Amino acid sequence: MSSIVTRARRSFDTHWYAWAMVLPVVVVLAVLVGYPLGRGIYLSFTDANEANVGRTIGVNHIASTYKFVGLDNYWKVLSGQEGHFYSRLTWTVVWTAACVFLHYAIGLGLALLLNRQVRFRALYRVLLILPWAVPAFVATFSWRLMFNEKYGIFNAFLGKLGMGSMDWLGDSTLQKVSAVAVNVWLGVPFMMVAILGGLQAIPSELHEAAEMDGASPWQRFRHVTLPGLRPVSGTVILLGVIWTFNMFQVIYLLIGQGASSESEILVTYSYRLAFQGVRDYAGSATYGILILSLLLVFAVFYRRLLARQEAAR
Amino acid sequence: MSTPKPRPRGTRSRGASAALHTVLIAASAVSVFPVLFIVFLSLRGRDGWQEPTRFVGFDLSNYRHILGQTKFLTWFGNSLVVALGATVIGVLISASAGYAVSRMRFPGHRPLMWTFLVVQMFPMAVLIVPLYNILGQLELLDSYGGLILTYCSVSVPFCAWMLKGYFDSIPTEIDEAGRVDGLTPFGTFWRLIMPLARPGLAVTGFYSFITAWGEVAFASQFMSSEEHYTLAVGLQTFVGQQKAEWGLMTAAAVLITVPAGAIFFLAQRHLVAGLTAGGTKG
Repeated sequence: MSSIVTRARRSFDTHWYAWAMVLPVVVVLAVLVGYPLGRGIYLSFTDANEANVGRTIGVNHIASTYKFVGLDNYWKVLSGQEGHFYSRLTWTVVWTAACVFLHYAIGLGLALLLNRQVRFRALYRVLLILPWAVPAFVATFSWRLMFNEKYGIFNAFLGKLGMGSMDWLGDSTLQKVSAVAVNVWLGVPFMMVAILGGLQAIPSELHEAAEMDGASPWQRFRHVTLPGLRPVSGTVILLGVIWTFNMFQVIYLLIGQGASSESEILVTYSYRLAFQGVRDYAGSATYGILILSLLLVFAVFYRRLLARQEAAR
Repeated sequence: MSTPKPRPRGTRSRGASAALHTVLIAASAVSVFPVLFIVFLSLRGRDGWQEPTRFVGFDLSNYRHILGQTKFLTWFGNSLVVALGATVIGVLISASAGYAVSRMRFPGHRPLMWTFLVVQMFPMAVLIVPLYNILGQLELLDSYGGLILTYCSVSVPFCAWMLKGYFDSIPTEIDEAGRVDGLTPFGTFWRLIMPLARPGLAVTGFYSFITAWGEVAFASQFMSSEEHYTLAVGLQTFVGQQKAEWGLMTAAAVLITVPAGAIFFLAQRHLVAGLTAGGTKG
């Protein structure tokens, strides 16, 4: 017993400094993320909704009457009884894959161009990063105006070209294309800047050596540039997937908050469950936990894949 | 078919140059067009947006209206307080944590790094209802403090992660020199490492500010009185179910983007350096 105390004390003596420095972050995360998460997990096992949670009206306090229902919520969602999960999941996956692929491909292309000796390079760089400086909600509203069926600029152009106008935000397929376009516009600068940094970190001796050995530009790209970018790519793609999967603002503000729509991703649907109509706290929490689990599984597999690639080299 | 004459590295034919510039100009046009277009519409009066392709009727009535007859300035102030508060607090505490994780080995070191990564995966939908209850109990709903804390919890994990990577790129000899000169670990961090980490701090500060400045979901639910709306909430009142004041929206959009853009241009010089050092060493 006393040895544990001594060890704890010794451990405290050596590490208190580090602990003190991380303490503020740990407290903030514990109170504002850890506790709500625990609470969310608990709610997902109950049937809590607006009608049965405890609340105070005037001076009367009404006690909570919701009860523990075990895995019922998860069963309802995963067995398809609730009816929306798999269609939303499919679209969310397509949305994430499309956005991250385009972010990465366009970002890589532009970064390769900017990494050369180009006149006006600084100017190009500033112009290309500009979308990053625009807050996402402002950009989304602006695009919504440009997509406007009657007065939008895109339909005005189509009209000038003699084509009929398109219902960009009404038709469910076009809605999805529009949302991807807005998100790509918003997300490319981050990828471009990150990849540009990665390109500049590749020692130029490697390129010179490859050139001496007679490697073609394509071979140099394939065997020097891409492997050199791997650490950056691994990180930004993981972050990109997480951010896009949870991208709330673009979908919520572009498609509108009205009736159920097919272009909703899991996050916006979960939000709507919690705050619209009869507030279904349990259902919303269940969706939230499922989203989190999906991302966790993805992150673990992804990191393992990267580690295996690293080992194979 | 003659083989092309080998050129010295870093030069290219005129055709390649033209193609390069064409692509860059096209990409820049796509990235700049929406911004310029909204500025253009905002200068066209209240109904100018209904004729997006005409170049007539320029006036500043949209700006006059939102500055004079709406609560725009109040919302602007609210957003500024909340975003700056979240940035300062968030960057300071995540820098301290990032430094500890970068330089010290202590029990809880690895779990903490994992936490930083995992927390970024949290969909706000799972946190928002419990957070609402907690802030309600702490009587922080509809106040600056509650929103600042919430935004810190959103940006801190990414900032700490990035800054840890950035600190890793600063040689430890500097720390040792500081210790030899009699500085405490915190003194070393504060007086020697923080000034050196300016590019990393600029990136994280920029990230925190932009995140807070543009956050919609929490602000929409937590700030219930019109006096406390942030811009993201206020802007939604211009274009809602009942009305569509797109003219006002465009003017507001321009005014909202200006401070974000200013911070951005201050930070952008550091963005590449900061992101590389931080991002590569996940």
